[in-house]
This record gives sequence, C-alpha cells and structure tokens, in this order.
Amino acid sequence: MSKYGLLINYDYCTGCQSCAVACQQEHGFPAGKCGIKVTEYVYAAVRKPVAIDFLPFPTELCDLCINRHQQGEEPACVKHCQAACMAFGSLAELVEQMEVTPRSVLFSPR
Amino acid sequence: MGYDKGVEVFPTTTWSAGAGCHGGCGQKLYVKDGKLIKVEGDENASFNQGRSCPRVLALTQYVYHPDRLTTPLKRVGKRGEGKFEPISWDEAFDICEDKLKSIRDEFGAESVVFAQGTGRDVGGPISYLCYNYGSPNWVQLGLSGQSCYTPRLGGMKATMGDFAVMDAGQFSAKRYDDPEYEVPKVIIVWGQNPPPTCSDGFFGHWVVDCMKRGSKIISIDPRNTWMSTRAEHHLQIRPGTDGALALGMLNVIINEELYDKEFVDKWTYGFEKLKERVQEYPVDKVSQITWIPEKQIVEAARLYAINSPAAIHWGVPIDMNPEGTSVAQAIAHLWSITGNIDIPGGNVIARPSHGVTTYPYSTEELVGLYGQDLVDKLNKSRIGCDTYPMVKGFRGWAQPDMAIDQIDSGKPYPIKAAWIQTANILGGQAARAKFHYEAMKKLEFVVVIDLFHNPTSMALADIVLPAATFAEKDSFRSWWVPLGVMHKTIQVGECKSDWEINIEMANRLNPNCKYQNVKELINDRLSVAGVTFDELVEQGSQAMPSKGHSSRPYRRHEKGLLRHDGKPGFTTETGRVELYSKAFESWGVDPLPFYREPAQGPVNTPELYAKYPLIMITGARSHMFFHSEHRMIPWLREKDPEPYVEVHPETAEKFGVSDGEWIHLENDMGKVKRKVRVSLRVHPQMIHTLHGWWKPEMKGSEPDLFGVWDYQINQIIPGPQDSGSGFGGGQYKTTLCKLSKIKE
Repeated sequence: MSKYGLLINYDYCTGCQSCAVACQQEHGFPAGKCGIKVTEYVYAAVRKPVAIDFLPFPTELCDLCINRHQQGEEPACVKHCQAACMAFGSLAELVEQMEVTPRSVLFSPR
Repeated sequence: MGYDKGVEVFPTTTWSAGAGCHGGCGQKLYVKDGKLIKVEGDENASFNQGRSCPRVLALTQYVYHPDRLTTPLKRVGKRGEGKFEPISWDEAFDICEDKLKSIRDEFGAESVVFAQGTGRDVGGPISYLCYNYGSPNWVQLGLSGQSCYTPRLGGMKATMGDFAVMDAGQFSAKRYDDPEYEVPKVIIVWGQNPPPTCSDGFFGHWVVDCMKRGSKIISIDPRNTWMSTRAEHHLQIRPGTDGALALGMLNVIINEELYDKEFVDKWTYGFEKLKERVQEYPVDKVSQITWIPEKQIVEAARLYAINSPAAIHWGVPIDMNPEGTSVAQAIAHLWSITGNIDIPGGNVIARPSHGVTTYPYSTEELVGLYGQDLVDKLNKSRIGCDTYPMVKGFRGWAQPDMAIDQIDSGKPYPIKAAWIQTANILGGQAARAKFHYEAMKKLEFVVVIDLFHNPTSMALADIVLPAATFAEKDSFRSWWVPLGVMHKTIQVGECKSDWEINIEMANRLNPNCKYQNVKELINDRLSVAGVTFDELVEQGSQAMPSKGHSSRPYRRHEKGLLRHDGKPGFTTETGRVELYSKAFESWGVDPLPFYREPAQGPVNTPELYAKYPLIMITGARSHMFFHSEHRMIPWLREKDPEPYVEVHPETAEKFGVSDGEWIHLENDMGKVKRKVRVSLRVHPQMIHTLHGWWKPEMKGSEPDLFGVWDYQINQIIPGPQDSGSGFGGGQYKTTLCKLSKIKE
C-alpha cells in the first residue's frame, strides 16, 4: 500500500474526532489506542488576533484501512469525516489535488 | 455489503439516546447474531450524506456498556443510599399505576409533574402520558426560563406565525445540487460554533459545507472558535447583549435604507413602528453596551443586508439572554426586512415533515392531538399560566422556575410526584441545582426512566425504568425534515422504548386511551403523510416532502401554502410578518423588540462585579458529549477527560493560576471544581466552561452522587429566569464568578 496516502485539508478540520472514533470502531481498538490522533493549535496570528486549527495525524497503527480498501470502501476516517476534508488516493493523485488545495497536508503512513 | 456472513445491515434514523442528539442522521446498523457490531453513516441519507459524529460511532460502547440499566429497579434502602433491587416490568407498572392513581384521587392530576430534558424522542411519549393522565404539568424541569429553543420558537411564532431555519438545502434530497437551491452568500452564525452541535434539527457541519461552496461568515461569539477564526467579521460580543446588537443592526439597515422595500411593503406589518423603535439604538450606544467596535457593527449589518440570499443560523445563547423571546424577535426582523424569508439560501419556514406530529411544538399541534377541550382545561391549572400569558398562549409547557418553587413551597397547590424521563436534572440542566435537589427530595413518589444511573436517579428515584437507545426501538421523527423512522434491530436486557413504557402506562391510567401499542400510534400519526411505518422502513427509513407540500420550501407565502384558508400570506392575524407583533400585544409582552441588561454584570451590579470580575460562559458543547451524557464511554471520555475552564493568559496571571491546575470557580452560591486551560480562546474578562459534568466512575450513593456537587456548574447559576414573559433569561451565560485556589 506504499503508493497510497491521506490528504487532509486542515483549513476545514473542525476537530470533531469522528476520524479517531471511526478508526477505533473499525479496528476494534480500545481507548488509548488509535490509528489517527487529532491535535489542536491555538496561536496568535495575522488575519485574526487568534487562530485555531486542528490537525489529524495518522499514527503507526494506521493501515489505511486495507480491509475496507479491498472491499472498495474508503478508510473509516475519510468516510465519516464530518467536514469532508480528508481524501484517500494514490500519492500521485493526491499531490495533484494538493496543488489546488491550500492549507493541506499529505501523509504517506505506510 | 458487510465483511462477514451473517451480518445484516439496517438503515435507520437517529434521535435521542445513543448519539444523544436531536437526531436526523441516517445511520446503518451492522448486526450479527442479534448483536450490534458496527455503525456506519448512510450515504443515501441526504441529512448527513454518509457522515457520522464520534458519539454515534461509539454506539457499540454505549449500547453494551456494563453500567447500562437493563431491568426495572425498586428502591429498597433510603433515598440516596443507592440500594435498588430488580423487579419485573409488571411489578414496576403496577407500583407506578397504584401510586399515580392514588395521588390523582387525593390531590388531582396536576400534582404530578412530567419532566423531560432536551428536545429528543421523549417529548412525544411524555406529553402523551401527561395528557392521558390528565396533568397540565409537562415541564423541562430545571431549565431556567425554558432557555433552549422555546424562546426562539416563541419569538418567531409571534412574528411570522411559523418557525424558520437557515436553508442549507436540507429540504431537498439533492441538497446542494438541487437546481432550485442557492448557497447563502453570507451567513450570520449567531451564538454558536456549529461543528460540535447538531441542535434543533440542524446538522452543524452544514455551515461548513456552505463555506466550502462560497458562503462568507459573520460570527457573533464572545469566544474565539473554529468558526469565528474563519469569519469575515468576528463580533466579539459581551454575553447577554445580543438584543442590543440586533437592534443596532436593524438601525443601520433601516436608516441606510438597505432593506428589501418591496418585501416590506407587500408582506410586513408595523414597519414604521419598528423604525421608530430602532432609533433608540444608535450604533455608538450599541457599541458601548456590547463591547463591539462601531465599525464592525456597521460593516456586518451592511454585508448581511446587501447580499442576497443571506441566512442567519443561531444558537442557544439567544434564549439565555434576558428577554430571550424579544431578542429572537429582533433577529427574525433582520431576515424579514431583508426579504430573506422562505427563499433558497435564506431562512426558510420550517414545519414538521409531511405535517406529521411526533413531538408537539405548538398549541395547535396539541389541539390536533388531544382536542381543544382538554387543552383548554389543562391550560387553566398549568404552573405559570396565571403569571405569564405566553405560558398559556404558546406551547403546552409549565414554567420550569415556578415549577421548582412550587415543588418546594406546595403553593398554590402541592406537587406530590415526578415522572422524570431521560432527564438528568440534578447533573444537567438545573440552575440552582442544589435547590432543585432539596425541593425534589420532598416529593412522595419519583420515577426515573433512563439508560444509566446518574445523580438524579441516585438521589431521588423510587422506581427506575430502563430505556432503550434509538437502535433498540420503533419510533418516528419529523423535526423539520426528513420524515424518518427508527426501527428496532436489537434488544438489550429488558429495556423498553419511551413510547412502549408510556403507552402501557397511559392505558393503565386512562381506560379510553387511543392506542394499544406503538405501531398503532405511529401509523395513525403517519397517516397524513400517506405512508406506513413498514413502508418507511422499506424505503431506507427516511422520506422528504414533495414539492408543493406545505412542509417543503420555497415562497409558500406567495403560493397560499401556509394559511389554513389557502390565501397567500403568513399565519398571523394580519396575514403579514408582524414587525409589530399582535400576538405579543395580546400576551401583554412588548410588541416591539427591546433590550434589557443582564441581571448580573458590570452595568447592573457593579459591586458584585467588583467582587466577582469574570463573566462565566457555560453551556457550549464538546464534540464528545451530549449535555450530561457519555462520560462513561471510553472512546469519548479519553478525548475530553476532565472538566476544564478556559482562562485567558492575562487572567490566569492575575489570579495566580496555571495551566493544568485544579481550582474553584466561585461566587456567592458556592464553588465548583475545574481544571485550568490557559487559552487565547477566551476574552480576558470572561471564562468559559462546559456543563453537564459528573463522574460515573465515582461512588453513586450519597453524599458523593457521582461527584455531582464537585463538578455541576449549574449549582452556581442563579434563578429564577431573567425575563418578563416567562420564556428566556436562564442566566447560564451571564453569571459572575472568580477563580480561587483549592486549599489543601
């Protein structure tokens, strides 16, 4: 699965944690174990005095939902993302997408 | 679909226990050997388009939690001792029947209150039981001023004769792709950070969807939030002054003639009187009241007024203003005079889907279900109806602040029992929470229906009945759209749905009950939609009203789709949007919007403000919890483990507290524990903390009650409500306090 990755447009990530709980449900992870972790950033900024951003980070437990992929389904985090700001695809496709999506980050977890 | 043989997938609709929320999502339940193994968002449901929140994704941990109540219980020790023993449903129903009948015989049906919490799939069943028993006292006990949506509903009803919501294309299954739909050019998000909430039939992330499609945001919020940091204008308002801001914006729009003249001429009543009233609110004065710079108020008002379509999406702080109904009225005037009513991308009139009543929102719906005679009769003895004409004239709810006072005093008539259904009053909504606790201990008989033990069941219950999640029940939902059904896919222990419990009890208490079972009731209520429960299940659990139906936008006032007489216009006395409200006039409420200062604050109580210099904002949402629920769910609790208070760095320094420290929030009513989170999210003169905190991992019996008296923030929120209409003015966002060190 090395060619695949996750593109996250963090401008739209609202920090809802659906990705994290979807991951735990999908893999049967107990609390404390998760394939994706969301971090909040609150900082002094330029456009507004304060900026608030969230960023989901795929941990080493992320297997890009290989089982779901084989069934033709999206990874659990991507499917349930309430802000629809995550995409799964080949790295080549995602890089192309990234060029027109400012404030985004590409992960290649495996 | 499915990963395994033997897995069945059931699409259903969410509402209430489980995810906990106001519902509407389509979710697919994966069931194997009668057990729920997984939940996935339903791509075919236009409401959520396949998406899910963390709470519904944690449903398996909720449904099969070891602490679930799974059998009826009878208290065997003293109240609060935490000693209960399992009994059969028959025995539980027998005890409730005997007790409620003898109380009715001796003291009258009005001496029993039927208490619910938020707007979930309990309003239908509990009002059904209450009306069949013959009590007028259906009440959101504890919720000061009924300050959650009801004041907004009242303000809208009094202005437009109907309710309205921001149009995110939710009334069409094609959503944003429907050619009839247009995305709002500007959205005022007033008093809410929508992503963590799906309140009042509105999926929070719809605002995010619109932003992606070009909507510009005006955020009105005392805090910095995800939404405010992405807004064109962030109006950082002083809590409790929204009424002044709305009047100031009306002032700009009217005086600069930015309103929709054609709409105002043709469809409104009382414009000149409103114009005169708003002259009392020039922008400089409003700026002083609200702490928002003049320039921002003017620019925001212009941006909203000159863009069409434009929409307003609002949150519960509107209700928690002093005179919440009047504030709602002023905001409804904003969308009215700009002609944004019932147009694509504006504020569209919202009616229960297909005309089906699940949870009666208005007096008309109550009359439709129970007849004019019974409604008139019950209006006479309802708590609060002699004091507040609006309690009599709008909705069928008793006034909550007066209800607890009456439970305490026994005057003008005694209250003997409470039927508390999925409402953790003491751990949740009750302002003056300790007073509620003391007063309710006087009750002779208390039934608590819930899914988990909580501070309320522990402290008060004589009988505890185990309720079902949405996955375990047959029910239906028509809160705006879609028309949806929940259908039972699993059984947990002996749990029953609220409808099952209440229909059984209603039949025992009223021999002339209309329905013998849940399906009969649902199918009868669905008949106006020309569909049956089984047909809706077959169709995937949801349906949208068709074009031309009175519950489907747009421009229904032009087409004669709103009024009973079929004439064009609105369902008000004048047939127009009443900027000068005849309904308010008849209820003895000011017919025009006005502003009043919060009871506590720098203006009204300067001495108190010197002693307690921080304005405390409570009642916002965590993505992880619904009000006082979900603290026992491992996947959720780990992501929001402790009750924290957000404190600005300057304020933290001033009070000598540091990040991560446990402190007390304190005022004359008491003190509550919180963990400090030093954050730029809050204004230096304000703090922010979440409500609904208790710790299921602590001891349940007295005096611990799961730590409720350590963590329940509402014990330092005063009462009664700060409003003259009886609606609005719960002081959940305007109470003063200070930070103090915990002394070891």
